[in-house]
Amino acid sequence: MTTFVLFVTVLLACAVEAVEALTIVLAAGTSRHWGSAWQGTVAALLVLAATVAALGPAVGQIPLGALRLVVGALLLIFGLQWLRKAVMRGSGYKALHDESQAYADEVAAASGAAEGGRGRVKDWYAFTLSFKGVFLEGLEVAFIVVTFGDNQHDIPVAVLGAVVAVVAVTVAGFAVRAPLARVPENTMKFVVGTMLTAFGIFWAAEGAGANWPGSDAALLVVVPAVAALALGYTSVLRRAKATAAQPEGSLT
Amino acid sequence: MSPVSRAVAALRSFGRFWYDFVIGDDWRVALGVAVTLAATWGLTRSGVNAWWLLPIAVALLLGLSLLRVVRAARQKSPSGS
Repeated sequence: MTTFVLFVTVLLACAVEAVEALTIVLAAGTSRHWGSAWQGTVAALLVLAATVAALGPAVGQIPLGALRLVVGALLLIFGLQWLRKAVMRGSGYKALHDESQAYADEVAAASGAAEGGRGRVKDWYAFTLSFKGVFLEGLEVAFIVVTFGDNQHDIPVAVLGAVVAVVAVTVAGFAVRAPLARVPENTMKFVVGTMLTAFGIFWAAEGAGANWPGSDAALLVVVPAVAALALGYTSVLRRAKATAAQPEGSLT
Repeated sequence: MSPVSRAVAALRSFGRFWYDFVIGDDWRVALGVAVTLAATWGLTRSGVNAWWLLPIAVALLLGLSLLRVVRAARQKSPSGS
């Protein structure tokens, strides 16, 4: 994998999760208390940074074969989850992710919640909502940063991709002061799902002892093949849904 | 709530979080990946370079998982509406 592919994969994965986390923080800040929302965000980012700092060197100590088997299997399972949802969204079996709707739902839930603070946190609900949003959305990205970075012996590039994505999304979000509904989130999820699945297949098979024909060059076939498979399933499911939606009498 | 039941609830919620995080919506996909990797390891140990097994399994696992989604949607709405 080239440095560029490592950077772009982490950047896209992180941007998608950052957009979702931003929606939650904006909802907590605008409907409750900005100070507490910020405290929750900073606390979650610190915990995530500590996770990457602790896991990065620890994962680096695992022998490469075992690392690729375990990491490849986990990436493959994550990737198939992303890809499955992307195919369902692309074919109409699941509603497209809509940040404006997600924001409205979070604001409605936050407005009705009980008030009150703890210690230096004035609004505990805004703090925990922001913390959970940023931590949960960021945990998968932390895993991707550590595993992709370690496999390529280039954690700094992976961290750079994550930081660029977080900064870009944060700046854009606070510039427009609204959820980033125009980000092509569903397409980005499709791309990330494809990359996670393809690299998961490649590393897990290598970790299990198999040798790919052409070595690393096999990725040039595996990545487009996974994308073609997902696009093919999307097309088949879309047609199946359209056929099922037609009234029986209209079939010729 | 007693400290013991609070601890049990916390453990359960911790386990549920990691199950959702790692396994996700369809446990059969995770199980399929694990079984395929074990088979790949077994085949390579016995001298077969089974690089092809995982791509085939992924195509099947994703297809079957999506098929379950379609069937569930049809059961919810038999007319397709």
